[in-house]
Amino acid sequence: MTTKRDERRKAAIEKQIDENLKRVYEEDTTEKIPDRFLDLLEQLRGQDGK
Amino acid sequence: MTQSGQKKPAAQCGDPRDELVEHLPALRAFALSLTREGASADDLVQDTIVKAWTHIDKFQPGTNLRAWLFTILRNTFYSAHRKTRREVSDTDGIHAARRATKPEHDGRLAMNDFRAAFEKLPDEQREALILVGASGFSYEEAAEMTGVAVGTVKSRANRGRKRLAELLQLMDGESLDMTDSATLAVMNQNNPLMR
Repeated sequence: MTTKRDERRKAAIEKQIDENLKRVYEEDTTEKIPDRFLDLLEQLRGQDGK
Repeated sequence: MTQSGQKKPAAQCGDPRDELVEHLPALRAFALSLTREGASADDLVQDTIVKAWTHIDKFQPGTNLRAWLFTILRNTFYSAHRKTRREVSDTDGIHAARRATKPEHDGRLAMNDFRAAFEKLPDEQREALILVGASGFSYEEAAEMTGVAVGTVKSRANRGRKRLAELLQLMDGESLDMTDSATLAVMNQNNPLMR
């Protein structure tokens, strides 16, 4: 009985952690891409002469 | 299983280098989770872009470009990290302190607490959690990307979750029942009908 409840609580905690992980990660992925990366891609494209 | 080969998704027809830009936000977030510090994260992304661009012939069209990019980023990080491990080993919490985000008032974990706790985890646990917990790769994909067995990724992720739960004190539910009966006892004592 206790183990079942423990398992449920463990699953709930894991879910909570994964949800928060996603939120932190999403917060990071919505940051604006710095121009330096876009410039770099342009530069690489130019070097390839395509 | 239609083997027509005629109607490939656009992603498979074009130059994968044109898609790099779409993966930059995810790459940055992954880099940030590894370095825990913005400037090194961006340097890491920059190196990854250059490597991916110049080795694009090694990418197998039709496979997961994001996984491929993550693998490059991670290998770049670890080869550089091995040299500077000592230097960066005590940056715990610096990244969390840098980004003082607005507190949440909806009962979810405070982001700063969560970030600070996350940054205390060992590298391989953070990585496993970012790959499978946050970015939605399967355990199998994460195992391939990190060059370890699936079971290893699972145990790293689980140990990471457990440690996070401890750090955030999510595990103290043990005393819940006792608290409840204690509360009930107090309530009974104060029950007007008992007087």
